[in-house]
Amino acid sequence: MSNQSVAEYEVARSKAKSLYPRYERKEELQHQTHFCPGCGHGIVHKMVAQAIDELGVQDRTIMVGPVGCSVFTYYYFDTGNVQSAHGRAPAVATAIRRSRPESIVISYQGDGDLSAIGSAEILHAANRGENITVIFVNNAIYSMTGGQAAPTTLLGQKSTTTPNGRNAATEGYPLHVSELLSTLQAPAYIERVGLGDNKQIAQASRAIKRALDNQVRGLGFSLIEVLSPCPTIWKMTPVDSQHWVRDVMEKTFPLGVFCDRTKERLAAPAAQSVPAPALDELPGILGVAEEDLPEGNAAAMAKEQEIDLEVRIAGFGGQGVLLLGEMLAEAGLDAGLEVSWLPSYGPEMRSGTSNCHVRLSRQTIDSPLVTAPTVLVAMNEPSLRKFDRSVRSGGWIIYDGDEFPADCAREDVHVLALPFTRIADAMGDKRAANMVMLGAVLERSGVLPQASIDAALRRLIKNPRWVELDERALARGRELFKEALAEA
Amino acid sequence: MKKQLMKGNEAIVKSAILAGCRAFYGYPITPASEIAEAAAEFMPKTGGVYVQAESEVAAINMLYGGASAGVRVMTASSGPGISLMQEGISYMAGAELPCVIADITRAGPGLGNIGAEQGDYHQVVKGGGHGNYRTIVLAPHSVQEMADLTALAFELADCYRNPVVLMADGFIGQMMEPVEFPQSATPTHLPEWAVAGTAASRGNLINSLSLDFDELEKHIQKLEAKYKLAEQRETRAEEWMTGDAEIVLVGYGIVGRILKAVTAEARAAGLKVGVLRPITLYPFPKVQFQRLAFNARLFVVVEMSNGQMLEDVKLALNGSRPVEFLNRMGGNVPSHEEVLRFVQELARREGLEQKTPDRKTAEEERMANV
Repeated sequence: MSNQSVAEYEVARSKAKSLYPRYERKEELQHQTHFCPGCGHGIVHKMVAQAIDELGVQDRTIMVGPVGCSVFTYYYFDTGNVQSAHGRAPAVATAIRRSRPESIVISYQGDGDLSAIGSAEILHAANRGENITVIFVNNAIYSMTGGQAAPTTLLGQKSTTTPNGRNAATEGYPLHVSELLSTLQAPAYIERVGLGDNKQIAQASRAIKRALDNQVRGLGFSLIEVLSPCPTIWKMTPVDSQHWVRDVMEKTFPLGVFCDRTKERLAAPAAQSVPAPALDELPGILGVAEEDLPEGNAAAMAKEQEIDLEVRIAGFGGQGVLLLGEMLAEAGLDAGLEVSWLPSYGPEMRSGTSNCHVRLSRQTIDSPLVTAPTVLVAMNEPSLRKFDRSVRSGGWIIYDGDEFPADCAREDVHVLALPFTRIADAMGDKRAANMVMLGAVLERSGVLPQASIDAALRRLIKNPRWVELDERALARGRELFKEALAEA
Repeated sequence: MKKQLMKGNEAIVKSAILAGCRAFYGYPITPASEIAEAAAEFMPKTGGVYVQAESEVAAINMLYGGASAGVRVMTASSGPGISLMQEGISYMAGAELPCVIADITRAGPGLGNIGAEQGDYHQVVKGGGHGNYRTIVLAPHSVQEMADLTALAFELADCYRNPVVLMADGFIGQMMEPVEFPQSATPTHLPEWAVAGTAASRGNLINSLSLDFDELEKHIQKLEAKYKLAEQRETRAEEWMTGDAEIVLVGYGIVGRILKAVTAEARAAGLKVGVLRPITLYPFPKVQFQRLAFNARLFVVVEMSNGQMLEDVKLALNGSRPVEFLNRMGGNVPSHEEVLRFVQELARREGLEQKTPDRKTAEEERMANV
């Protein structure tokens, strides 16, 4: 054939625009791919690139290639490219698509990558209905690493790690990814196609374009599983391996559409995305805008008084231990003091004991841990016994009980022991016992202005019925302390 | 500036959003869950993305995707979850992707418990993932620092194109203190290297694969150069009464707070004690140690781990001063009384002058104000 006659040909099918004209990222042999002769990946790459071209989305497309023979998608696709960890492409694709809703994201994965190490990522991306397109190239083997068994390896199929052929008793059965994912409610479209003959290849091309088009239309998660030949690892000629796809693989992995919700999705109105707020609105939305914060009542504080209140509050979960501490800290902050509140946390709080450390001071608080409290609020006996020895000499124990246990008595510590829970119950709700006890603490310390306590109460308690009850409970606690002092 | 009472974990999220973070991917774990909960509330309201991932493995790879697309991204977890993220952290360092990871540490190994501990130092500061990389690690010791260092973490992550870890113990995450925030938000911007699905970014590639040995060696050397630069420019430490300190107490996070309380009491007892609190755990503030070694007789490292930071302190001092060690583990915290006793014992052994503390007077003073 002379050069002249070649020039006269009209090119009916040229290389897709979305593939690089030369593979410069490969550095050498820039006219050829890293794929073996007869490998299905080249065909699938071409189909994907043609679909991108035909839909006119080259600039918007981002290919995510993980590990395996799909690892070098960035050599070939003239699109945005993100190389990812083994099996994690659907997680990577999820985040790209969520933050860049105009992008078209393709997760291009092999069967070892997707169905084994990445089984969680694909399942949950599909289940969230991420608006991405997954191209799943299934050749029933780990090829890049030299032919080890995959979850998709056929029964009886030999591999380097199933030298006698896959045995269901020890290696289980071939994993049917398309069928499995089709049981989910979120995916828009799932189809298995093959590269077993020209007819199958033509269908594969249509399916891939459709899956990409679904994403362009915003219909949701689409996955195309492509049964693909691997002549090198299968140790077959390219022609034989293509026949094997059609004659053997297809028997285990039947072709067809397993899930198609595109019609109903098209009919459904698209969710309106909420526009992002302006930057200057953010402090307000986050609740940290200075203009929205209360002025506080620092002016009501006696200036000369030194304050260093170290309080430990302990009781059963549900008695309002943490809230009592938070009230104290909030009121302290409102009064212009330095404060800290440190809770015990986690599962032990549920149905167990709970305690917190609160400090109020004029000085910067060094340690928020209160190991030697000046005031211990013990809402039950176990809590009293846990912390009574730690109270500082000259300090106070406020204890919820009819009688203070004799063996806990200390000569150097003041005690106010009253049945606070019963007192609160008589006032309307035993759950207000924490506020009665707080009233006693406040009366004893005497440093916080009432306005700060009112402000803290209103900040922390939203239900008006409880505000009213808690106000009475606080006042009652103050009275009780004064009465006890008068008696003493 | 008016302050408000807030948990450390919540302060992280609010500061992150003000710093331009627009995506949070995470998985629940005590004692870090409040961070995910706050992100779930505030990310959608502020034009950001929140996804609860199926695992920490997926979460860190979502960070990889979001960062690839040029978004300021973050996650939060605790020891066991951070272990699972190590693969992704290595990939992100290799691909030079910025992100912020909050590690609200708990006790280990294994499931351990949810008490505060500092046993994550090795896996976070030395890098628990594979390969030649580093993560910048910031260690807040107050709720205000949770906010401030989160904002700094995003700046450093972008500046060095590298993951930055905010390592705080469970106490700092769970406690409430007054905090203030900047009143203006950092605008988001699209880095020129990002893969954003646009014509301008079409040729871009995010990748940690490099088949050619020489090429990979060059890449690692480039990463090393970045880390060296960070060592020169980014070390941070707080010094507390170190001017004349003969004994320098060393601790980070909640321990730093306890050591300040110890210092006050030790000084009252006539001991010249100060605190050196590393704020950057990597890069480690070596120079500050070397400077304090001129005056100090000895250093006392206090940790809630089996001596993981102790190694870095010894390397920084390089044998120039003795280094003593006190630790509690398993969720226990060293009380300031126990640290004080330890310090007084050391002072006696070293023959340092100390007066008998007038406990009664101090006690009376304190109780007068209860």
